[in-house]
Amino acid sequence: MDTIIASISRPGILKRFKKIPLKLSLLIIMALFMLPGAAHADELDSGDTAWMLVATVLVLFMTIPGLSLFYAGLVRSKNVLSVLMQCFAITALASILWCVIGYSLAFNASDNQEAGVTNASSFVGGIEYMFLKHQDENTLGGGGTIPESVFITFQMTFFIITPALICGAFAERMKFSAIMVFVTFWLLLVYAPICHMAWSGDGALFVNWGVLDFAGGTVVHINAGIAALMACIMVGKRKGYPEKAMPPHNLTMTVTGAGMLWVGWFGFNAGSELAADGVAGSAMLVTQLSTAMATLTWMGIEWIKHGKPSVLGAATGAVAGLVAITPASGSCGVEGALAIGFASGICCFLGATTLKKMGGYDDSLDAFGVHGIGGIVGALLTGVFCSPALGGLGFDGEFGMVEQVTAQAKSIGFTIVYCGVISFVLLKIIDLTIGLRVDEESEAQGLDITEHEETGYIL
Amino acid sequence: MKKIEAIIKPFKLEDVKEALTEIGLQGMTITEVKGFGRQKGHKELYRGAEYVVEFLPKIKLEVVVPDDKVKETVDAMVKAASSDKIGDGKIFVSSIDDAVRIRTGESGDEALG
Repeated sequence: MDTIIASISRPGILKRFKKIPLKLSLLIIMALFMLPGAAHADELDSGDTAWMLVATVLVLFMTIPGLSLFYAGLVRSKNVLSVLMQCFAITALASILWCVIGYSLAFNASDNQEAGVTNASSFVGGIEYMFLKHQDENTLGGGGTIPESVFITFQMTFFIITPALICGAFAERMKFSAIMVFVTFWLLLVYAPICHMAWSGDGALFVNWGVLDFAGGTVVHINAGIAALMACIMVGKRKGYPEKAMPPHNLTMTVTGAGMLWVGWFGFNAGSELAADGVAGSAMLVTQLSTAMATLTWMGIEWIKHGKPSVLGAATGAVAGLVAITPASGSCGVEGALAIGFASGICCFLGATTLKKMGGYDDSLDAFGVHGIGGIVGALLTGVFCSPALGGLGFDGEFGMVEQVTAQAKSIGFTIVYCGVISFVLLKIIDLTIGLRVDEESEAQGLDITEHEETGYIL
Repeated sequence: MKKIEAIIKPFKLEDVKEALTEIGLQGMTITEVKGFGRQKGHKELYRGAEYVVEFLPKIKLEVVVPDDKVKETVDAMVKAASSDKIGDGKIFVSSIDDAVRIRTGESGDEALG
């Protein structure tokens, strides 16, 4: 107390309180600050804002260069630039689309949106926020304690990474122009509505259903995974797959990218709290635990099955754990993190190996196997491990576990069907107009030369 | 003059180079190549996709020597490059019509060494 008095006893600082004894007035001030909700809703909190500025940067880092390197190292050297180009170009394209209309379709919550009411506004937003003209440097957004510009940019990074994930499915054979066209329409017709349904607040479809999706199990991973599955089936297998050997040309790049994804994901999950608080801290912790668990699980499976653990397995296991914990990160505890990590390690391993072989599709970089399967597993288990009895932070509203898991399943099913159908239609139209795939000779020569007239390595 | 081409295991390069300089050879050329004979390749596994890699990295070492140095050179190479295991490699000897030193224009045995 005396130290506090000494430190603020500069002349004039407590002029107004001269008449009240100094110690008493200090007590009153301190008591006021200790009242609950000292960071008042709808008032800028610089702590929250500082964190969200950083979280935004971390999530952008996940795409450029995290995912870019992860994917680029997995393809053959003649296609390395094509992968980097797709991720880089999508980053730019998605940013502009978000500004023009994406943000509006996703987050514009019209007056029509009412808690518990399902109408057209439950599915997609309006166009009032087009070109982001509705906000300026003083507008608050997100949870009400950060500038809306920060919320917009943060969500933009999710809008960016989701289509970049899909590129893993059709790597080494899809036309660059077709990719750009597909991504444009997919983002506006699939991502933005699903994002709206999950995160636009009261009256949104998934919110009405009581779904818990903290950082994007449905919006990002199931969406990307299902689109990836559709794309790799419709674009077709790479020539020579699966007999011809097409090993990763640079796993050092891939593992580097995986590390960047792991680190950046703290922005993805902990940042989805939109505040610097206990839930963000919890999200960070469970993210780390799930990822670590999944890494060890995948390594363990390989060690037992093949006799040796591989670094590609470790890196892929990590990504699987990151994907699965995404929807659960704001609602599960330590038990949930370990369980989800373990489950995703197993399920994504099967998804990337057994399921892929059985299905006969060429999901080149396992976009469906890891993001699709991992997203589904994580979204379902979110319903289980949010239970306080299992260390979780609680169900939605008055739900019990059965109701919660049912709600999760509904959102998963809806996303799969909606994304699957629209992705199919888009791909079909593009195939019939400009064509999805490069010709055989170009595929053999490599996309770097044929689509971009460049070579990745001039050694 | 004869060209002596040796395909050897990469880790044997230093040993062969030292053995050749010891018998007086002052120059040689190497290329990194891949190949196989009786040596089996190895397996690689990436996310459940297994590949057999048959072509193994080797070093091709070439020297051109006067006829009277051929036996000495080949013997030195064999001794230095051998590890008594399958895959040690092979040596090929072929005839060379002429050699020219670019800087001076000399030809014949004077151009060697």
